[in-house]
Amino acid sequence: MTNYLLRRILYALPILLGINLLTFSLFFMVNSPNDMARMQLGEKHIKPAAIEHWKAQRGYDLPLFYNDKANGIAQFSQTLFFQKSLRLFVFDFGVSDAGRDISHDVSQRMYPSLAIAVPVLLLGMAANILFAMMMAFFRSSYLDLTGVIACIILMSISTMFYIIGGQYLFGKVLRLVPISGYDTGLNSIKFIILPVMVAVIGGLGAGSRWYRTLFLEEMGKDYVKTARAKGLSEVRVLFRHVLKNAMLPILTGVVVIIPSLFMGSLVLESFFGVPGLGSYIIDAIQQQDFAIVRAMVFLGSVLYIVGLILTDISYTLVDPRVRLK
Amino acid sequence: MSIELLWTDQCFLLVLVISFAVFIRSARRAHVRRAFQQIFNKPIAVSASLILLFFLIIGVLDSIHYKTATEHQVQSLLDRILAPLGAEYEKTYSAPLALTLYTTETMIVDGDARQVYPRLQYPPDDLKNNADVRQLVRHVLLLAALVSLLAVIVLWLGLVLIRRRYQRGLQSILTSARASALITLFFCFTALLASYWLSRELHLFGTGKIGQDIFYYAVKSIRTGLVIGILTTLFMMPLALLLGISAGYFGGLIDDVIQYIYTTLSSIPGVLLITASILSMQTYISSHPDQFTTLAQTADARLLALCLILGVTSWTSLCRLLRAEAMKLREIDFVLAAQALGSSSFKIIFKHLLPNVMHIVIITLVLDFSFLVLAEAVLSYVGVGVSPLTISWGNMINAARLELAREPIVWWPMMAAFVFMFILVLASNLFADAVRDAFDPRLSR
Repeated sequence: MTNYLLRRILYALPILLGINLLTFSLFFMVNSPNDMARMQLGEKHIKPAAIEHWKAQRGYDLPLFYNDKANGIAQFSQTLFFQKSLRLFVFDFGVSDAGRDISHDVSQRMYPSLAIAVPVLLLGMAANILFAMMMAFFRSSYLDLTGVIACIILMSISTMFYIIGGQYLFGKVLRLVPISGYDTGLNSIKFIILPVMVAVIGGLGAGSRWYRTLFLEEMGKDYVKTARAKGLSEVRVLFRHVLKNAMLPILTGVVVIIPSLFMGSLVLESFFGVPGLGSYIIDAIQQQDFAIVRAMVFLGSVLYIVGLILTDISYTLVDPRVRLK
Repeated sequence: MSIELLWTDQCFLLVLVISFAVFIRSARRAHVRRAFQQIFNKPIAVSASLILLFFLIIGVLDSIHYKTATEHQVQSLLDRILAPLGAEYEKTYSAPLALTLYTTETMIVDGDARQVYPRLQYPPDDLKNNADVRQLVRHVLLLAALVSLLAVIVLWLGLVLIRRRYQRGLQSILTSARASALITLFFCFTALLASYWLSRELHLFGTGKIGQDIFYYAVKSIRTGLVIGILTTLFMMPLALLLGISAGYFGGLIDDVIQYIYTTLSSIPGVLLITASILSMQTYISSHPDQFTTLAQTADARLLALCLILGVTSWTSLCRLLRAEAMKLREIDFVLAAQALGSSSFKIIFKHLLPNVMHIVIITLVLDFSFLVLAEAVLSYVGVGVSPLTISWGNMINAARLELAREPIVWWPMMAAFVFMFILVLASNLFADAVRDAFDPRLSR
């Protein structure tokens, strides 16, 4: 097990290096720091001195890979690639183009994101499983058919519609919850309810339809026949036998996103004015702050890879037949 | 008048021609024909594909651009059909089918200043009040329904007569699939005729902030949605097919390298990779103004680049599926036999592997289509979607967010965008479902 984990982590390194190279080439080689400076400073006829000043302030005035002006190890360390990309490996995100410390911002904004993402994940999974179980229980009846069609209709509605519709109905017409905003501590609950509800309903269509297929696939197997032959009730068969076995593919989809929950949801957070990492990214995109986008790409990839490793571990917990070697 | 096709036009029409040719060619094979027969025997699938066809026709009409002789302006055939909708602007917001603006203005009436709702410029003078409008709407709806009913009956009789000529006997004139096709056609024709006739007299879905006709904008957005849904597959397919099949078939070092590439790409959260690419592309466009002379060209280049980037970021899942399938097929007897007979790898891949993975490709493509149409709206909201100059549902929704906060509320631009998007996505989801049922060998057994 330890051996396996060690090997997986070692495998992750070249992948992270590849991601690093990719973002580096996107942000520094396709566009030189000069272009970036011109874009930020805005004007077409701008003095070269201003560009140099902007670059020097943010440390963009170094060569890409090799610094021939420096000596020794500094020939490689005093370069953009080392300073801006390799440092991400030790989670040193540096300073954003606007001059703020990215690591500090991330550690602050992580919690609002989690406060929304965790309930969405848990409630969403519960709702999906219940709805899918209902369809599986009444399989090939009109109730099942209606359920599937409802799922397809739910899937076809844009996320933005759920958000805007929810804000309008519950925030503006019924005045049950505030339309957007955030607060600290327990006061934040009234701000969290609506986004969580919207996200759960938005994911219900695709999720429960997929779970229904999984359940129906399991129900065709022999052990279900055995369980029924033993005289177990259908509900017991569904929840005790089918659900347990269908958990394996469900886990693949769920565990992998658990670490990424920190990142929050871009659209949801920005619509509801939640100061999480999702709205952080949106703000960075709108202000063209490349330093933040670069850091977030790296962080997101690391979390995804951690999620993949966690998925493998969770298999051994759910399915005793799986052994990691 | 000379035809001037933009880059996306050329690619879009090219993809349609290629897919039509592939469709005709593959329809000669019995198993493909059987799959299509299965699709077209399902009432829901038939309705969905007819609606998609209507959208596609509108998209194609909007993709044939030409330069007008007098005004030196590039416009599409759809603009010509809908003219003068694209060029008529009111002052600001007006409600659907309204005769006056949505906001009051101070005007001098009979000598003193009063707050009145000024009349719109577009509706003709003989529409005096709302009773006239109601009568017009009733009249147009009735006429459209009658004409479409007639058209559908004529079409059906024609088909019945043709069938009777070639096949003796009256077997199953009206199956459930055919009935649903006729009903769908009736509704499509009615909607098309009624909206066209009403748009001649009134702003059917009202006007937006700068007085633009929302109906025109919603219809023009169809092309953007289709281009993103279809062109992305153009860029995604060759990568996924080539890399996926060769990784699975050759194995070894090639497999390792390809696996490394797609694991790296798929580890980056999709939205962030798209964002990073679009941001760096934006910087490129703004620092190379000489390559893009007109605004329309810049917007078009950005649309094409968005499709390219979406293609590059979304080929990995298809590639993984194809690799697994190719690994399975590599060990199957007919491939081994071909190898033993000395066929080259190239030939084995094209003659034996490619046809046997096509069902995966088709299923993935139709499933991805609706996802891409929906993604466009989200990306435009984030600020990394199509250019703000391109007419798209995403841009309409994005602009509408501020309108919802107004008092009284302006709901029609957003609603129009959502309804159009919903119909397209729902039709393609239902169609994709039927395609999956028909082509997936696991389900047909």
